Amino acid sequence: MQSQETYNYKVVRQFAVMTVVWGIVGMLVGVIIAAQLVWPQLNVAEWLHFGRLRPLHTNAVIFAFGGCALFATSYFSVQRTCHTRLFAPGLAAFTFWGWQLIIVLAAVSLPLGLTTGKEYAELEWPIDLLITVVWVSYAVVFFGTIAMRKVSHIYVSNWFFGGMILAIALLHLVNSAEIPVSLTKSYPVYAGVQDAMVQWWYGHNAVGFFLTAGFLGIMYYFVPKQAERPIYSYRLSVVHFWALIFTYMWAGPHHLHYTALPDWTQSIGMAFSLVLLAPSWGGMINGIMTLSGAWHKLRDDPILKFLITSLSFYGMSTFEGPMMSIKTVNSLSHYTDWTVGHVHSGALGWVAMVSIGAVYYMLPRLFGEKQMYSVRLITVHFWVATIGVVLYIAALWISGVMQGLMWRATNPDGTLTYTFVESVKASYPFWTIRLVGGLMFLGGMLIMFYNMVKTIAGKPAYDAPVVAPAAHAA
Amino acid sequence: MSDFTSGFWSAYVAVITVVSILACAVLLWMNSRAATATGEVKPHVWDETLQEYNHPLPRWWMGLFWITIVFALVFLALYPGLGSNRGMFGWTEVNQYEEEIAQAKAKYDPIFNKFLQQDVKAVAANSEARQMGERLFLTYCAQCHGSDARGAKGFPNLANDDWQWGGEPAPIEQTIAEGRMGVMPPHVQLGAEAIKDLANYVRSLSGLPGDSLRAERGKQSFQTAGCIACHGPEAKGNFAMGAPNLTDKVWLYGSSEQTIIETITKGRQNRMPAHKEFLGDAKVHLLAAYVYGLSHGAAN
Ligand code: HEC
Ligand code: HEC
Ligand code: HEM
Ligand code: HEM
Repeated sequence: MQSQETYNYKVVRQFAVMTVVWGIVGMLVGVIIAAQLVWPQLNVAEWLHFGRLRPLHTNAVIFAFGGCALFATSYFSVQRTCHTRLFAPGLAAFTFWGWQLIIVLAAVSLPLGLTTGKEYAELEWPIDLLITVVWVSYAVVFFGTIAMRKVSHIYVSNWFFGGMILAIALLHLVNSAEIPVSLTKSYPVYAGVQDAMVQWWYGHNAVGFFLTAGFLGIMYYFVPKQAERPIYSYRLSVVHFWALIFTYMWAGPHHLHYTALPDWTQSIGMAFSLVLLAPSWGGMINGIMTLSGAWHKLRDDPILKFLITSLSFYGMSTFEGPMMSIKTVNSLSHYTDWTVGHVHSGALGWVAMVSIGAVYYMLPRLFGEKQMYSVRLITVHFWVATIGVVLYIAALWISGVMQGLMWRATNPDGTLTYTFVESVKASYPFWTIRLVGGLMFLGGMLIMFYNMVKTIAGKPAYDAPVVAPAAHAA
Repeated sequence: MSDFTSGFWSAYVAVITVVSILACAVLLWMNSRAATATGEVKPHVWDETLQEYNHPLPRWWMGLFWITIVFALVFLALYPGLGSNRGMFGWTEVNQYEEEIAQAKAKYDPIFNKFLQQDVKAVAANSEARQMGERLFLTYCAQCHGSDARGAKGFPNLANDDWQWGGEPAPIEQTIAEGRMGVMPPHVQLGAEAIKDLANYVRSLSGLPGDSLRAERGKQSFQTAGCIACHGPEAKGNFAMGAPNLTDKVWLYGSSEQTIIETITKGRQNRMPAHKEFLGDAKVHLLAAYVYGLSHGAAN
């Protein structure tokens, strides 16, 4: 049944290993800025200042860690579900080296203070151009592979990866439209409130497509694989896919409630954010219910633990998000730690955990092994990481709500009960707990690194033979 | 969005919004009627094992989806959202702000206004007013002057009896209401030696040690280099210019020779922001009384 041709695992191996490496780097920077909030005197030299390390953290975890995870998993699963080798292997190799170059340029330019000042799109225009080239190459490789597939139906994970690739291309091109004034400085072509709206249309959809659709692609391949069960409902995937990619595009204004953005735009953002709840939960249901009838596997399979827990966090943050989009709630939560807690329940609980599960699944297979060097260490990683996330987000929920309430508390004469610094002072204990949670999560990544090295050191690279489509696959 | 004034755009936005929400409804409705069967596995297989059940959509999930769709439509009918349609409640962000401010004014203004008729010294002696003043100070002034009002480098100490612009009730109130801008011009043209001499002289005025020969020369230049125009011939300062008294032991920027050299060479520009428009007369009055009380023994 098997042909002599093999899958292109080389680029998958490269991206998978770098996922772990950049995960450690990005989260280490996260731990450093978390420590700087507890001990401001850690703001030593200007390049290591909170203001410069914070964008380095977000870029490193989202685009370096998350990006490498997306490349690795999408390249792995698209070949396997299309029963063909990756299209344009040279271009695929280019996406690896190009993406690493972008990351290194980010890691140098952000601490130097070179930034566009647009959140999650801080990189300056020469890097933006490079991103465009790499991303278009990615699209060619991905859709080329789809075009060469040996089965007529396109598997659901590929819808999500494909949607993510197209949407990110669009978002990047529109939001990064800028006029260079020197090699290291540019200005956006938009101004004022329009610039703000374009920025958050981008920002929210970066969440929706990069951090959600892409990772749902991961979920749709790796959950049924690891659970060895069929996906719960084909119909549900159809509805929630189209509803998700359609509604996300509208929800950006919830980042700009009670600002100079016109009322009608804010209302639309809120309305569509609420509509987004069910499509988001569709993904969670489809993933978790895939396990129905095989719940016992959860007991002793730590990879499945990662995947299913990530879906729970996904469900939680996509419930929390629509609630925070309601203007009355947002007037309390905005500007507080609640937002940061929400971010990390999505980012650590969902994005990082599902990626970690997928990488644990792929790594041994990329080196011709059956499983990781130590399954026990995966279990340890799972518990350390889970407790870390819970500490992180629980601490910030409390400090976020506390900050919001302190800021609006008034005395009988209408003066504010608390000064701003009092709310800062009251936040310290929670920031310390967040630091502990972050350290635990980072510790888990270090365990993963050790396990990875033990699994692959000295092992020859392995490229699995291309599997012929099942006889009855239409 | 002043660029889109034509009524067309409003209709355009409204139609697209409604159609989009309805599109979600149609998507849900059509799929809820598509053929499904609990337990049935679709025939396709990918990558050896990947398959899909054809379970129907969970009912509670469809219910949730319908509720949010209906909510979105009702919400957009009640609130501004469909183009320039104002919504049935006529709510706007600006209205809400104005209403809340009006309510707050009606409720709180009398509490503040009752002190407006009393003079600053009397208000400063009133303990209720002092507490209100302190709360205002902690909210609006502490970030620059410190919670204890003792200032920091560049931000004057308000708790002592040393004033740039005057410590009587009227100038204090004016400072807070109108703001102040202290400008000490740069004197780099005097040359490094002369500036060092001046710095030694300035230090000697408050009894700080230094090179007495330089201080003597500095004393001469102080008279000739224009310092006296602002700081006065005896360096006792001038409220009209906001020029500080250089003979006391109170320093705005610091007493080290190096800092003083920097002040004289590069000059200083400092701004106390105006608060009248922002806080209104009554709160400025209370704040003036609070600041006055800090250095005048609150009780008398
Ligand atoms: C943004 C920082 C800032 C804030 C906020 C601020 N101040 Fe000031 N204030 C200054 C600076 C700087 C000066 C010195 C101005 C100069 O050098 O001319 C000053 C000067 C003053 C003075 C004159 C001191 C003197 O020696 O004559 C008074 C009185 C004063 N501030 C009171 C207040 C009060 C009351 C508030 C709150 C309503 C306030 N300030 C808020 C920065 C600030
Ligand atoms: C145009 C008016 C003007 C002239 C001329 C002027 N000063 Fe000043 N000087 C000021 C003002 C106003 C300040 C306070 C600056 C501030 O508020 O930041 C000041 C501040 C200073 C300070 C800082 C005091 C402290 O507490 O840190 C020193 C020292 C000083 N002047 C010395 C001099 C000397 C020496 C000369 C002559 C070479 C001079 N000034 C000429 C207006 C003047
Ligand atoms: C060890 C793990 C981590 C720690 C300790 C950490 C810590 C932090 C800290 C301290 C901030 C700044 C918060 C503030 O300004 O108050 C932050 C912001 C942020 N982090 Fe993390 N982080 C971690 C992992 C991650 C991961 C894995 C992701 C994404 C995949 C992520 C995404 C973000 C984002 C998007 C922000 C910006 C939030 C906002 O602007 O509201 N973080 N993080
Ligand atoms: C239905 C889904 C979601 C909705 C409606 C939603 C809604 C929101 C809202 C209302 C805010 C606060 C905006 C503000 O007050 O400034 C926010 C912030 C944020 N959310 Fe979500 N969220 C959703 C899911 C997610 C997920 C799954 C992730 C991560 C993987 C995520 C990442 C973020 C980030 C990074 C921010 C911070 C942006 C910033 O200020 O820098 N969100 N979201």
